[in-house]
Amino acid sequence: MVSTSDSKVITTDYGPAMAIQWCPGCGNFGILSAMRRALLELQLNPSQVLMVSGIGQAGKFPHYMHSHVLNELHGRPIPAAQAAKIVNRELTVIAFSGDGDAYGEGGNHFISAMTRNVDITYVVHNNQIYGLTTGQASPTSDLGFVTKTTPQGAWEPMRPLAIAIACDCSFVARGFSLDIEQLANIFKAGIQNKGFSLIEVLQPCVAWNHRNTYDWYRERAYKLDKDYDPTARTKAFTTALEWGERIPTGIIYQKSRPVYEEHLTAIKDVPLVKQPLDPMQFEQLLNEFM
Amino acid sequence: MSAEINFMIGGEAGQGVQTVGFILAKSLAREGLDVFADQDYESRVRGGHNFFRVRASDTELLALAEQLDVLIAIDQNTVEKHRNEVKAEGVIIFDSDKLKVEGGKPNSLNVPLEKLAQETTSNKLMANSVAIGAAVAVGGYQFKLLSQVLQEQFAHLGEDLVASNVRAAQAGYDYALKNRPELVRQPIKPVKSNHKMLLSGNEAIAVGAMAAGCKFIAAYPMTPVTSIMEFIAPRAAKYGIVAIQPEDEIAAINMAVGAGYAGVRAMTATSGDGFALMTEGFGLAGGTETPVVIVLGQRPGPAVGLPTRTEQGELKFAIYGGSGDFPRVVLAPRSIEDAFYITVKAFNLADKYQMPVVILTDQHLASSLQTVNKFDLKKVKIDRGELVSEAEAKNITGYIRHKFTESGISPRVMPMPGGPLVVTDSDEHDDAGHMIEDAATRTQMMLKRMRKIDGLRKEIGSPRYHNKPNANVTMIGWGSTYGAMREGASILEREGLSVNVLQLNEMWPFPATAVTSVMSAMKRNIVIENNIAGQLAHLITAETGIKPTSNVLKFDGRPFSPTYIADVIRKELA
Repeated sequence: MVSTSDSKVITTDYGPAMAIQWCPGCGNFGILSAMRRALLELQLNPSQVLMVSGIGQAGKFPHYMHSHVLNELHGRPIPAAQAAKIVNRELTVIAFSGDGDAYGEGGNHFISAMTRNVDITYVVHNNQIYGLTTGQASPTSDLGFVTKTTPQGAWEPMRPLAIAIACDCSFVARGFSLDIEQLANIFKAGIQNKGFSLIEVLQPCVAWNHRNTYDWYRERAYKLDKDYDPTARTKAFTTALEWGERIPTGIIYQKSRPVYEEHLTAIKDVPLVKQPLDPMQFEQLLNEFM
Repeated sequence: MSAEINFMIGGEAGQGVQTVGFILAKSLAREGLDVFADQDYESRVRGGHNFFRVRASDTELLALAEQLDVLIAIDQNTVEKHRNEVKAEGVIIFDSDKLKVEGGKPNSLNVPLEKLAQETTSNKLMANSVAIGAAVAVGGYQFKLLSQVLQEQFAHLGEDLVASNVRAAQAGYDYALKNRPELVRQPIKPVKSNHKMLLSGNEAIAVGAMAAGCKFIAAYPMTPVTSIMEFIAPRAAKYGIVAIQPEDEIAAINMAVGAGYAGVRAMTATSGDGFALMTEGFGLAGGTETPVVIVLGQRPGPAVGLPTRTEQGELKFAIYGGSGDFPRVVLAPRSIEDAFYITVKAFNLADKYQMPVVILTDQHLASSLQTVNKFDLKKVKIDRGELVSEAEAKNITGYIRHKFTESGISPRVMPMPGGPLVVTDSDEHDDAGHMIEDAATRTQMMLKRMRKIDGLRKEIGSPRYHNKPNANVTMIGWGSTYGAMREGASILEREGLSVNVLQLNEMWPFPATAVTSVMSAMKRNIVIENNIAGQLAHLITAETGIKPTSNVLKFDGRPFSPTYIADVIRKELA
């Protein structure tokens, strides 16, 4: 049962709402644990949270939690998530996508949302492969990666976190699904960040990606130094481009920027969803045409 | 017999044709006359040929007219293209320093537009105001009618420019009166002074949406609907509305769905190709039972087609578009007044039946202006259907978003802190909103969604039917062609030819019973449409089993005029 907003939130409040369909050993389980931990530590009641997701294995994520859920189309969670936040700022809005959903199908929304800077958190499960459709190359597949659709090897991969920094995204981080503690801390920081937070999670696909395995990521993923300065944009850009022998994790970039919804006069005082509807207030508007 | 006067202003894009046309239309509307104005423009910012027609009458007007009394030619092209449309006793206003107009009939009124502008305001750019002044003089109207409108329209430019425009217009007015008094007409006066609104189809939709409580619009600019967003955006802060121009139409529809899911009345507006991008989100709204209103302003396709022109080529697209089957409503306003009230209805149906509603308009309706009786806000009733209030929602336990009900409609709750969890999915889902795969639940959920159509059918209004006792033929049309159909029928009536008019405006669910009863009573049924395929004719046959006698199809990107319709029907019946 779901807690009311004034009682203490406990672990079991976060579901799962239905039986989990991911493969045993899927990297998504670590993300689920980390997200539960983050919400618990933030004491966010399920009804305070709206989870919006796309299609792919990541798209199922909200069903394995407890929250308000809008499971969107492939590539489209971000437009809906931004709109929901704009019309009701009392909700904590978190969106979920895979690498194909976020960077491929939803690429235009991804770039525009980071520039627009609505106060939502975007978790991208990056396993460098299409899992739900059973093993095709994704925008982040490594160069030369042979898949069903790339028999001669995948072409150049995208570096989405560098794109994020180019967009001056207000929070850019990467976690690894095996490091639940670090990931939970990143989630907390991202949710608390005022603005659009992009969190990419390295998340091995045990069924279809036999190249970028747990061991592969474990050997390469490293935590950024304690003295790493995430506000230094040029350095952050270089860090975001780093991929191969070493893959940085942690908060790569953070920038305090004006939040989109704060410039909207209509929602300055009362959320749009709570504003009364009164046709009679438009009499003056009609007079504009007289 | 009613009296009317028809003006046209023509010139290149960027020469102020639209501004002059609007000021003229507004001045005549202020006089208390009924006005219908239509625009013809090219897809370019400078050059080419644009025109703006203004028709004014002492009785109600429903459509455009092609025969002109006064032609204001800003460029030579206007003279060449439209000279033949000017009646023999009509007048062409032009500047002989720039243009050449042969003498004889129609009359030519040479006004040194730029010279007078320069003399009175030291600004040649005021030439258009000089021309409007001359046109108002020829119409026989008082100058103060025009000066008031000029003051209002240019107020935002500051006092100096307002004064200059008025001086320039006065110079043109005086020049015409002094030099060519024989061309000045007896002014047409309103039978009863009836102060009306003058607005476009797009403005009627925008105002309708605002009055209906639309709180969120996301729209990507696209002719012919851009002005809906442009009207709402500057007024959004004042009325508590969020207007967003997103990265593309896909974002626009998904934003509208996100806002609708979160609980506000939300809309988007686009044209055919934008709607093509939206069909995925259209289905999302259908499947997740999220209320959303989509304005689809048709223009000729396929692809980019004729971007600034008109067509009715997307009736089937609106009714059948999208993956799979899902219920939707398609409303096609027949006039500017109807556009306002039907928009209010669109928002109510979207909320009550929790589904997407398409307002299917076209470039002709979107950008034409008409005088209408002031909209009655008391008639705007907001009905949010089974939306549970926030206070009530907090007391609900075990909330099921897509609960199976007899009507197919499930109580809807806004996702709120402290409220029950609201779960929905683009995947097929169970009543709780969680994704499913099993055949039984799928079947049950499809039936639940489609069952909503049963209630919806009762909400769909009957088409307008204007029948004459002696008629044995019915013209059938839909949407924006109403005015031309009615006036076309009146022309034929005056010739002793009785023709009925059946005009559909609430297209889907299809009003099959009403259409069947009209059509089966008539020997000849002629379907008239602004498309090549006869989309309404097909739809009628599919939904009623009746095959229309013949089709009148026009797909040149231009709207029907009453005379065009009268001509083709006369030939059909000959």
